[in-house]
Amino acid sequence: MEMLAYLIPISLFLGGVGLLAFFWTVKSRQYEDPDGDSQRILSDEWDDAPRP
Amino acid sequence: MSAAAISACPACSAAPSAEALAKAALPQDVNVVLSLPTIHCAGCIAGVERALLRHSGVVGARVNLTLKRVNIETYPEVDTSELIAVLSEAGYEAHELDAGTISATATDKAGREILTRLAVSGFAMMNVMMLSIAVWSGAEAATRDLFHWISAAIALPTIAFSAQPFFRNAWIALSARRLNMDVPISLAILLAGGMSLFETFHSGEQAYFDAALSLTFFLLAGRYLDHRTRAVARSAAEELAALEVPRATKLVDDVEVVTAIASLAVGDLVLVKPGGRMPVDGVVVSGHSEIDRSLLTGETIPVFAKPGQDISAGEVNLTGPLTLRVTAAGEDSSLHRMADLVAMAESARNKYTSLADKAAQIYAPGVHLLALIAFIAWLFITGGDVRFALNIAVAVLIITCPCALGLAVPAVTTAASGRLFRKGMLIKHGTALERLAEVDTVVFDKTGTLTEGKPVLINAESFSAEAQQIAKALSKGSAHPLAKAIASALSDRGVCDIEVANLREVPGYGMEGMVNGQAVRLGRAAWVGGDATSTTASHLKTGDAEPLSFLFEDNLRLGAQSAVEALRTQGKSVQIISGDSEAAVASLAAKLGVGTWMAETVPQEKAEAINSLTASGAKVLMVGDGLNDTAALTAAHVSMSPATALDAARVASDIVLLGEDLEPIAEALHTAQKATRRIKENFGIAALYNLIAVPIALIGLATPLAAALAMSLSSITVSLNALRLR
Repeated sequence: MEMLAYLIPISLFLGGVGLLAFFWTVKSRQYEDPDGDSQRILSDEWDDAPRP
Repeated sequence: MSAAAISACPACSAAPSAEALAKAALPQDVNVVLSLPTIHCAGCIAGVERALLRHSGVVGARVNLTLKRVNIETYPEVDTSELIAVLSEAGYEAHELDAGTISATATDKAGREILTRLAVSGFAMMNVMMLSIAVWSGAEAATRDLFHWISAAIALPTIAFSAQPFFRNAWIALSARRLNMDVPISLAILLAGGMSLFETFHSGEQAYFDAALSLTFFLLAGRYLDHRTRAVARSAAEELAALEVPRATKLVDDVEVVTAIASLAVGDLVLVKPGGRMPVDGVVVSGHSEIDRSLLTGETIPVFAKPGQDISAGEVNLTGPLTLRVTAAGEDSSLHRMADLVAMAESARNKYTSLADKAAQIYAPGVHLLALIAFIAWLFITGGDVRFALNIAVAVLIITCPCALGLAVPAVTTAASGRLFRKGMLIKHGTALERLAEVDTVVFDKTGTLTEGKPVLINAESFSAEAQQIAKALSKGSAHPLAKAIASALSDRGVCDIEVANLREVPGYGMEGMVNGQAVRLGRAAWVGGDATSTTASHLKTGDAEPLSFLFEDNLRLGAQSAVEALRTQGKSVQIISGDSEAAVASLAAKLGVGTWMAETVPQEKAEAINSLTASGAKVLMVGDGLNDTAALTAAHVSMSPATALDAARVASDIVLLGEDLEPIAEALHTAQKATRRIKENFGIAALYNLIAVPIALIGLATPLAAALAMSLSSITVSLNALRLR
C-alpha cells in the first residue's frame, strides 16, 4: 500500500501537466482553424525549419 | 488579432518578448481581412499565402480554412483592391470584409472560457473518479478517508472555478425571483460538495465529489455545444454583413475621395456609379439614370432619376453616374429608421418560451419540493437525524439528473443546425428550430425571393428579324439590366449582328444610333414615344414606325416551384404578399399554383397581413428579402431571408438561406419537426431515468456509484438520440 504514496502524486502530476499543456493550446489559439490545421500538415513547406 | 495568430510558429506566442519586438518594429501595420469562398485544400492555403507574401506591401498573411478567410498585415499605403487583384491573378476569388463588422467574432473569448472550464472539470472528474473506484471496490478506514480528502482537494477548487457559469445564471434568476434550470443545478453541485466535505470530516462512508464533478462536466459540455452552434451561425451571418464594405465616393472640390459611409454628413456631395447602391438619403444634383428600388418596395420596374429627385439609401443606380447631395446620413437615413422600427416592434421570438424553459418551469420546483419532502420525511422517521436526512435529500437532488435535461436541447439543436448548415441554411436564433416546427402557413415575398429579381425577355419571337437585329445591336452597348436581358435572349436565338452608327447611351433613357440611315432608339416609353405598359418593358423605335414593346418577366428562382409544391404536400398553406403590380403578382401566383396573394402592398400592410394571420391562429413563416419585408419578417412567428437580401432583412430574420436554391425550405420544416420530436423524446428519456432512480434515492438506497451510473447513462442515451438527426 505504501506504493500509493508515490503513485497518486505521480498520476496527479502527469494529469496536471496535460491540463497545463491544454491551457497553453487554448491560449495560443490552436483551436481557431481545425480544418486548416488538418490540411497544413500535408504541405511540405516549412518542413525543415519553422516559419520565421 | 495578435501577431501570434498570424505567424505560423507556435513558439512565437510562447516567447512574448519576440512578439513584442516584432510589434514595436512595425508600429503602423494595417489588418485586412479577405473572404476566400473557393479555397478548400492545403494547396490553396499555400498558394494564397505565397501569392500575398510576394507582394512587397504585405508583412504577414495567415489563411483560416475553417472560416475561409485570410488575415493580412500590410503597410498602411497598400490598397485592398491591389491584394484582391493579386489573389485573382493567382486564381483565387477574394472579397473584402469590413474589419469593424467581423471583429466581434474574430476573438471568441466566451468559447475559449467555456472550453477551459470544461477541460478543468474533465481533468478533475477523471482523477476523482479513479479514487472513487478504489472506494467503491472496498477501500476502508484510513485509506478511504485519505482518498476522500484527496478528492476534496481536487473537487472543491474545480467546482469553484468550473461551475461559475451556473452559479452566475442561477443568481441572476433568483435575484429576479425566477427559477431556471441553473438553480437546481447549482444547488445540487453546492450541496453535493458541501455534504461530501462534511462526511469526509466525520470519516463518513459516502462522498459525492465525483457526482458533483461529472454533473459540472456534462453540463458544461452541453453549454459548449450550444455556444459552438451559435458562434458558427453568428460568424457566418456577420460575414454576410461584412461583405458590404460601407464606403462611399465623396466629391471634395471635384476630387473623388473614398470614405467610410459613417463619416458622411448632410450637405456632402456623393458620387454613385452605375451598379452601385445608394449609401445615404439624398437629392440628385446632376446626372440622369434609372434606379432600381425593388429591395425597398418590391417594384420591379426601374424608376427614372433626374436632378431634383429624392433618393433613399438602399436603392441601386442602374445606368448613369449620379451625384447626390446628402439629406440624411447614418442614423437618420431611411434605411436606419426602418431598422429602428423593426427593433422597436416586439418580435415573436421574444414572446416565445422555449421547450427547455418550459421543462425547467416544471422540473425545477418539482425537484426542490421532492428533496425537501425527502428531508422532512427522513427527519421525522429517524427522529431528528439531520445528517442522514440531508444525505438523502442531496442524493435525490443529484440523482434526478438535470444532466440529461441540460444536454437534451443543445445536443439536438447542434445536430439539426449542422445538418441544415450543410444544406445551405444558417440558423441564427436559438429557438428558431422549435418555432419553425410549429409553422402551418408560409408567406413569400415575390421580387428577389420567389424570383431572381433579374428580368428575362419573353416576347422575342413576335418581332421581325430586322427588329431583333437592331435591338440586339443597341442593347449590347449598355449595362442596364433590361438591355442585358435583351442582348442575352437574342444571342441565344442566334440573331446576327448588324452595324449601328453613332451608338450612344443616354443615361436614364436608353440607347440610340443610326441604322441604314434611320434613327433608332431603344429605351423608356416616354423617350421613345411609346405607351407605358403595366409590366416591365423596353421600347424600340425604328425611323417613324410605331414603337415595338419588348416585354420582360422576372425569372423564377431555382427551386421555387418545388419548394412551394413540397410545402403544399406537407399540408401548409402558401401565400404571396408583394409590393409589385397586380398583373405581375397574379401571373406568378398562377404559375406556382398559389391561390392566395396580395399585390401593391406597402410595408405596413405586409406586417398587418401577417398580424391578422397570426390573430386567426396561424403560425406564419415569412420569407422575404427587401426592406419592405422587414416589419413583416419581425411580425411573423419565424422568418427566413435569402443571402442576397438587404442587410436589414437578414438581421430581422431567424434563418438565412445561403445558396441560390429555395428548395431546402421544405426540408428545413421537416428537420425542425424531427428536431422538436427528438427534444421531447430526450425529456422523456430523462424522466424515465428519474422514475427509476428517484424512488431508490427516496428510500435511502442510493449510493454514489448509482448516481454516477444514472448520470452517465442518461447523458449518453440523450446524446446518442440527438445524433440520429445527423
